Amino acid sequence: MNRYPFWKYLIILVSVLLGLLYTLPNFFGESPAVQVSPLRSAVKVDTVLLQRVEDALKKANLAPSGMFLEAGGIKARFADTDMQLKAKDELQAALGTNYVVALNLLPNSPQWLTSIRALPMYLGLDLRGGVHFMLQVDMKGALTKALDRHSADIRGSLREQKIQYTGLDKEGSQITVKFRDTESRSKAETEINKTYIDLTLRQRDEGGEFLLTATLKEEAQKRIQDSAVQQNITTLRNRVNELGVAEPIIQQAGADRVLVQLPGVQDTAKAKDILGRTATLEVRMVDEERDVESALRGQIPFGAELHTERGGGPILIKKQVVLTGDRINDAKAGFDSNNQPAVHIDLDNNGSRIFKQLTRDNVGKRMAILLIEKNLVEVVTAPVIREEIGGGRVQISGRMTSEEARDVALLLRAGALAAPMDIIEERTVGPSLGADNISRGFNSTLYGFLAVAVFMSIYYLAFGCISVVALGVNLLLLIGLLSILQASLTLPGMAAIALTLGMAIDANVLINERIRDELRNGISPQAAINAGYERAFGTILDSNITTLISGLALFAFGTGPVRGFAVVLCLGILTSMFSAVMVSRGMVNLMYGSRRKLDKVPIGQVWKPANDKR
Amino acid sequence: MEFFRIKRDIPFMSWGKYTTTISLITFILSVFFLASKGLNLGVDFTGGTVMEVGYSQTADLNRVRDVVVKLGMGDASVQNFGTSRDVLIRLPTKPEMSSARLSETVLSALKQDDSTVEMRRVEFVGPQVGKELVESGALALLFVSFGIVAYLAIRFEWKFGLAGIIANLHDVVIILGFFAFFQWEFSLTVLAAILAILGYSVNESVVIFDRIRENFRKMRKATVAQTIDNAITRTMSRTIITHGSTQMVVVSMLLFGGEALHYFALALTIGILFGIYSSVLVASPIIMLLGVTREDLVKPEKKKEETEALP
Repeated sequence: MNRYPFWKYLIILVSVLLGLLYTLPNFFGESPAVQVSPLRSAVKVDTVLLQRVEDALKKANLAPSGMFLEAGGIKARFADTDMQLKAKDELQAALGTNYVVALNLLPNSPQWLTSIRALPMYLGLDLRGGVHFMLQVDMKGALTKALDRHSADIRGSLREQKIQYTGLDKEGSQITVKFRDTESRSKAETEINKTYIDLTLRQRDEGGEFLLTATLKEEAQKRIQDSAVQQNITTLRNRVNELGVAEPIIQQAGADRVLVQLPGVQDTAKAKDILGRTATLEVRMVDEERDVESALRGQIPFGAELHTERGGGPILIKKQVVLTGDRINDAKAGFDSNNQPAVHIDLDNNGSRIFKQLTRDNVGKRMAILLIEKNLVEVVTAPVIREEIGGGRVQISGRMTSEEARDVALLLRAGALAAPMDIIEERTVGPSLGADNISRGFNSTLYGFLAVAVFMSIYYLAFGCISVVALGVNLLLLIGLLSILQASLTLPGMAAIALTLGMAIDANVLINERIRDELRNGISPQAAINAGYERAFGTILDSNITTLISGLALFAFGTGPVRGFAVVLCLGILTSMFSAVMVSRGMVNLMYGSRRKLDKVPIGQVWKPANDKR
Repeated sequence: MEFFRIKRDIPFMSWGKYTTTISLITFILSVFFLASKGLNLGVDFTGGTVMEVGYSQTADLNRVRDVVVKLGMGDASVQNFGTSRDVLIRLPTKPEMSSARLSETVLSALKQDDSTVEMRRVEFVGPQVGKELVESGALALLFVSFGIVAYLAIRFEWKFGLAGIIANLHDVVIILGFFAFFQWEFSLTVLAAILAILGYSVNESVVIFDRIRENFRKMRKATVAQTIDNAITRTMSRTIITHGSTQMVVVSMLLFGGEALHYFALALTIGILFGIYSSVLVASPIIMLLGVTREDLVKPEKKKEETEALP
């Protein structure tokens, strides 16, 4: 009656062994490492790079305790964090800006474990320290930007087609072009309709002027917004790469949100600064025909804006944008011919062409290079164009420090954000708190487990011990499962491990009480064990399902740490069902099932009421 | 060893009047405190910034407060967190200053004052996110409640589903009442604890309901009250032992889990204690009140047997 077929024992054995195997990496711990990966996927990771890394480390007298060449890059392990930090600086200096050198942690587990993908549990940010940001993309800003681009382009097209217009204005969400006669208006309309499929055009006559208004089509708006989020994610990824973070998470969360997680980042101020900056570059012409003095008195001429030049006086800049930062291929910080810090910019083909034409047409005039951040416009420099500049190489130098030049170069290189973003949620955990949290979670689980174990083995004797072993198997399987899934473990997640242990013992108590009950009713020991397990199962299933409902709800509606709690809770319920019912039964069957004559079930004293009539 | 040596069934159902009164009083008190004092909602729900900083020695709260006030944030609250070396600073949202700058500004000011200060944690939640978290929390509560009612209704009968959820929502309200009365901080993790407890406590009702069903089949002559009394008495030992062992783990969390898990463990403790009480002394009287009969549970089983017997 209390025997399992061989295959059931086999299932138990295999799952325990698998649990053991995949839990193993968690015991080896992690050691500091430096990870080198190319900034662009075009650059190959090969033995040549490995040799370079080795040489650089040898030169600096830093001996790594292990080096690995992987598809994505090279990882070098070090004995302590001091060496790791030194190695990072050395490598960054030796390899230059084409490579990302990031700090990382590598599991110490032996190679054969890593090769079967047995990795330690993936620790969440609250345990390993790091930054979590939720960024909200300003969708209106994305549309405004798109409209800006369109108005600049329309202006160019009209000029190219030699269509006369008296004014072009952008107001709210529409562009208005004014014409002197209907003929040029209809010409313009056909032209714009042909080239700009995203716009809806409408004719309007107002006070003797012939107007053509353009608005963005509904579907175009949606597309622009979607691509704005996508481009922002790309840009963020580029910027994070520049920061040198190992294993960053950057992903879309909802229609207009982006989640950024940077594990192990120490300098959170820098991270926030670089992520949040919306710097873009614009090249515009300086309005030299109109008077700055009168503009200062408040009469800003039409089509121009008043700005201040860095380290200089006020300056009138035309609103029309000639060139934007999108056209930038590469940007490097360096020095100009006067040994002043400068940013060297490399434009793409289109940008080079525009820039060449601009400089050819405007020799002797002044152009302005503007850096725009959060609606804050700054004229970095406004040089006089001396000659035509071809080849797409532009140099900006205008009273900046080399630090500033480096930041500007980084931002320009990483690309501009398609739309402004705001940080709407931030969770930063310092490394010391992370370590504290791990030990807190660990201790809670350990002492909780011990307390339950002691109680169970005293109260239910041998059957209690079996329950404790089953509970241990549950813990093993749960940790093994978490390691396999690489679900991020948070502090609430660790609390959930402890909690599921407390809840899992419920099943064994239920079984043991049921067995005692059956014994009390005078059934033979073997039959009592069987009945206890069989009858308790329905109840165990019921009670676990209700907890599972809670877990699923928490997973569906929870965010961040709560979701981590839910994942562990749900998994813990599943493993506890298996271990409490099948594993403990397996052990009981193995130990008592084969005995022909079992006089007594070692489940502690079974008290029978003296006047039991039932 | 055996803790519970109960000779006769305990007449729980005849105590219905008293227990209902007790429940009603605690429930009304909880609602009263919730209404008058309200929950001390954490930054997750209200939005704002919380910073935890650590000093190498005992922190001088007044000095920290001075630094913060000097920055023009007079409405910030400064208090110890866990140990005397750790300080928790709560900053309300400032529309004119971005969150990122806010915490940096405070930290650099604190560093100037005392260079040993170390950033332990910064949490900023925008007001909009806070609102969403409240919404999703409420949704989760609703989902769990309906899920449990539906499950119990399918597994037993609608009366059981209703009784189970009333008993357990009564627990939830009482936990919330405690949080309101003591003005403990109500955070996302506390909410998670409450939902977990909701699922867990229902276990208790399920175990008792299971026994009631079994007893209805076995004890044909007994009255409904006797049947229920017997079910409760016979499951009581299990009820107390399982809750006790879960509570052991929770106590371990209270002792070793630090400040971060403190309120989480506290919510679980209250939930577990009231969970025992409510499933024994609230859920069962409610099924009686709803007028459960033997036929509710036993009949469908018979029908099933009949259909199965057909070839």
